[in-house]
Amino acid sequence: MAVKVRIPTPLRGLTNGQGEVEAAGRTIGDMLVDLENRYPGIKERLCDEAGNLRRFVNIYVNEEDIRFKQGSDTALSDGDDVSIVPAIAGG
Amino acid sequence: MSRAAHLKYDDFVTSGVMLIIPSNISSAMLEHVKADFPFECCGLLAGKGDAVSHIYRMSNTDKSKVTYLMDPAEQMRVFKEMRSLELELKAIYHSHPNHPAWPSRTDIELAYYPEAVYIIISINDSRETEVGSFRIINKEITVEDIDLQ
Repeated sequence: MAVKVRIPTPLRGLTNGQGEVEAAGRTIGDMLVDLENRYPGIKERLCDEAGNLRRFVNIYVNEEDIRFKQGSDTALSDGDDVSIVPAIAGG
Repeated sequence: MSRAAHLKYDDFVTSGVMLIIPSNISSAMLEHVKADFPFECCGLLAGKGDAVSHIYRMSNTDKSKVTYLMDPAEQMRVFKEMRSLELELKAIYHSHPNHPAWPSRTDIELAYYPEAVYIIISINDSRETEVGSFRIINKEITVEDIDLQ
């Protein structure tokens, strides 16, 4: 499944400055592996050592937060819009 | 998520250009700070070029006196609206109840938006406020003046 992925500013150094890239995968987990193959170093910025999404990273599929779907098992369809959006947080 | 080493202050800031926040927006921001006291409030300012034209009061899902986390669903909705109105994210504001208007360690650690000015509004028990404005890029703080009208 080919999807469009919106990349946040702090990660665009890894995507040659592109704010939107293509990636493929049947699920978000697959797509993250594909993204890592295309843009090495990106996955560790999004996931911890155990492969879980980092706490302050939100991923949306067609504007739905994957934490309220099936997390990294969330299925993707051709043409889906995936957004990687850092949380806005502080102290 | 750590910051990429390539990000530089100069990539995001044109020297000499100051963000202009009109009086209706700065008043709304300070009202938000006072209304949510003693808890931290948070919100977004959007606009075009050096002018802010929209304020979005966001929900602090932490409901805390010392931290904030914007509701992710609300954040997504607001980002979508900003895109449809062709607005850019200009500033991220939050309050520091009874703490100085200076970025905390958590603020620095979680500053993922180099394109935005981070506005911090200190408020004390007498409801007096003080505003600080900064860029936080690669965990480095730079004071950035804003034109708060």
